[in-house]
Amino acid sequence: MNPDASDEAASQVRVTVNGREYRAVTDVRTTLADFLRHGLGLTGTHLGCEHGVCGACTVLLDGAAVRSCLMFAVQADGAKIETVEGLAEGDELSPLQESFHRNHALQCGFCTAGFLMSVTAALREGPVETDEQAREVLSGNICRCTGYAAMIKAVQETSMQVHGDKAAS
Amino acid sequence: MRTSTAAPLKHNMIGTAMERREDHRLLTGHGKFLDDLDMPDTLEAAFLRSDFGHARILGIDTSAALELPGVVGVFTGGDIRPMMKPMPAKVAHPALQEMPRLPMALDEVHYVGEPVAVVVATSRYIAEDALELIEIDYEELPAISSTAAALAPGAPLAHLGAKDNIAVHAVQRAGDADAAFAAAPHVLSGTFRITRGGGHSMECRAVAARYDTAARQLVVWDSTQAPHYARNALANLYDMHEDDIRLIAPADVGGGFGPKAQFYGEEAVIPWVAMQLRRPVKWIEDRRENFISAMMERTQTHRIKVAFDDDGKLIAMKDVFEHDQGAYVAGLQVPMITLSTVPGQYKIPNIHTELYSCYTNMVPTSSVRGAGRPQAVAAMERMMDRIAEYLGLDPAEVRRRNLIQPDEFPYKVGIMFRDGSPLTYDSGNYPELLAGTLERLDYDGWRRRQVELRAEGRLIGIGIGCYVEGCGLGPYEGAKARLTNSGEVLVTLAAAPQGQGYETVYAQIASDAMGLDMDYIRVTTGDTGRIPFGQGTFASRITATAGPAVLQACQALRARIFTTAAVMLKVEADNFVFRGDRVCLAEDESISVTLREVTQVANVGKHGITLLRGVPAGLETQAYFAPERAAYASGAHAAVVEVDPETGRITVLKYVIGHDCGTVINPLLVDGQVLGGFAAGIGNAMYEEQFYDESAQPQTTSYLDFSLPSSMEVPPVELFHIQSPSPLNPLGAKGAGEGGTIPAPATIANATEDALRSFGARINEMPVTPPRVAAAIAGRVPAAQ
Repeated sequence: MNPDASDEAASQVRVTVNGREYRAVTDVRTTLADFLRHGLGLTGTHLGCEHGVCGACTVLLDGAAVRSCLMFAVQADGAKIETVEGLAEGDELSPLQESFHRNHALQCGFCTAGFLMSVTAALREGPVETDEQAREVLSGNICRCTGYAAMIKAVQETSMQVHGDKAAS
Repeated sequence: MRTSTAAPLKHNMIGTAMERREDHRLLTGHGKFLDDLDMPDTLEAAFLRSDFGHARILGIDTSAALELPGVVGVFTGGDIRPMMKPMPAKVAHPALQEMPRLPMALDEVHYVGEPVAVVVATSRYIAEDALELIEIDYEELPAISSTAAALAPGAPLAHLGAKDNIAVHAVQRAGDADAAFAAAPHVLSGTFRITRGGGHSMECRAVAARYDTAARQLVVWDSTQAPHYARNALANLYDMHEDDIRLIAPADVGGGFGPKAQFYGEEAVIPWVAMQLRRPVKWIEDRRENFISAMMERTQTHRIKVAFDDDGKLIAMKDVFEHDQGAYVAGLQVPMITLSTVPGQYKIPNIHTELYSCYTNMVPTSSVRGAGRPQAVAAMERMMDRIAEYLGLDPAEVRRRNLIQPDEFPYKVGIMFRDGSPLTYDSGNYPELLAGTLERLDYDGWRRRQVELRAEGRLIGIGIGCYVEGCGLGPYEGAKARLTNSGEVLVTLAAAPQGQGYETVYAQIASDAMGLDMDYIRVTTGDTGRIPFGQGTFASRITATAGPAVLQACQALRARIFTTAAVMLKVEADNFVFRGDRVCLAEDESISVTLREVTQVANVGKHGITLLRGVPAGLETQAYFAPERAAYASGAHAAVVEVDPETGRITVLKYVIGHDCGTVINPLLVDGQVLGGFAAGIGNAMYEEQFYDESAQPQTTSYLDFSLPSSMEVPPVELFHIQSPSPLNPLGAKGAGEGGTIPAPATIANATEDALRSFGARINEMPVTPPRVAAAIAGRVPAAQ
């Protein structure tokens, strides 16, 4: 948190992040990303461009994938936020995380949290079956390492695993 | 004393598609990138940067900034004079006109983005507020924004103190090209302009530093590809002993791609101000800064001509090219690589390559994935297509007739490589690469369909791009292996990773070197406090240099462990094997000691008690591997594209990559390297372009103006490998990081021009963007300027 908050316009924020409630005082100009990272110590969310294009900072805000670099922490007051730290159950990876691992869908790993959150939101909406659909789901984020092929496969495999039964029935 | 000799290397783990050890922390949000590190009480820095491409600084007033609450310090170039020494070019040349590159500007700025002052404050927000309060009085000077402008008669100088705008002029020759051209039956020439983008690692640059006053040691965290190089640079600038600086590249660095292998003023300034303030300070580059201050590769203009006989066999090649060096020479590696990469896979008896590297008033340029090779390959491969067109031959056939054959290795090209050794290809099989690529593409089938579809009005083109990549460069890379007190083998690499999976790959190599299960092996990287010497991760060099170092260090450690076990077990035999964490006698595995027992005897010891005779004290080994010269990876790309003549849009219908990086250590990871490199190559071929206006103001400073390929732009690709092991290192390894990138612009440009052949359109500029395609169809751009 900014130690000089007292010198600036500060405001109280109450958010639920990954099921846990936080109350904090923060400068009104602190972005949600900086608040999560440096205020709450949840550094899994990364900043790649700070102008809303690369998607590395994507988190889920009341279920919707948003760029946490493009909004202020105070705008999230009262919201339920999900970040990459909330995806695994203890040491057990989620099916999407497991599939990223198996398919080598991450290299440096800096952009990975944003992709995982974007895809998590998409898979909750429904199955992602074709290459084209997977590319569409991934297209809001940028990865400079992998060339996307492994991610496209990982998304489809996860969709099969999560929605496979529904699609078959 | 008995010494176990190293058994021949059995490949159990090498060649296995191991999933990565790094993934779990990265997938769960527990990676430790520099700005994720918990560094209490750390101040944050922001740099004030030049607004002008070229200007004199008449005065700087920082007083208002210093008064802002929360600001702890403001430093200009003049305030840090004791360490304001020029940072020398990492790759130089005897003819280099080197203009001093200082950590921050003093009285003249040479590009938009050059650091002029730094503010240190309690938060980045406040530091940026303070930047707005600094007043600088500039006198704007004429700026150079292209190599053409730099070389124009009477051009203004990019540096007031320079004699001209040429950083270096260099020539390479084999045979007698001029005489060969004079006597040749056919000569063709072309002019090609190839622009490359930046590295665009998703994590920008980052530096943090803390001076430990009690230990009198400066600890620096740096998101760098080359920790020892950066440490040495700091020791030189600060006049400090290298052991008094510990430079750590965090275990997680968010991509490198070349720009992070260079040393920058910001890396010098941040630790210095941390020492001055006796407070930890960090600077996290934002994306706008990355666009205007991280080194990028930019434009080369090639004027190339080729001489050939009636069969299309090459007689001579002459390529004179301009390289945009930017405002300073941080290193000449990129144009020097270009200078020797043009001949590629072809037998050319007479070669002349010639470089004019130009100072301009734009961000300095340096290596970006591919590093000077894509430009060279584009120039040569475009001409191979032009020869085929001129002679009415198939472009694949023209290439086949000129390829170096598998029985001709080692093949001496006749010129020098940038590592200082004669350009000598170590191994390869270029005909097999090309044949395999064309077969997977269904080249013959597509040639037929091309004709059929053209009759329907569809414009289909086929392009080929072949290349050779000098990689695995020296001088050396090092590794240590140690049996720790807990009985695990710790492999310490000098090299630092940026996503390549070193913790996994080098454990695989160590596992085979020792015959020990990977579960008992751990790899650590990139910390100058753990291993004194290293070079860095660049030029696709680490597998071929650090790989053998790990192999040798681990073979030596294995021998020392077995010797210790033999003494402890009082056996004469030295034929041991590992079973789990036990060191067992091969003929009777019930006779064994554990690694923990071995380390207890040889490493921990008992205070004051004599060591068992024959036990080597201290089970730690190290090896530095210095290759005799560069190894040469190779490959062939081929693409089928369709061009929409209305919009100029190019659709890639099929793409095949044939790749040869010698021994593949981990196929899963090597495929990842090639496919990732390919995405960068598609960016270079079709999308990424930095624009500057005539006053050298950058016009592309966000991802709204600069297109990085997303999942929608990178087409599917079929990848196959052949393995021609390098004879230059015991693993047979070469480099895999850049082969996906290098020939992509050439391949796409060749395919596009092929699609437009009925229009007689010429594609002379890369990236091949829709406006360029539309202009080519309209016949408006026959030649690059």
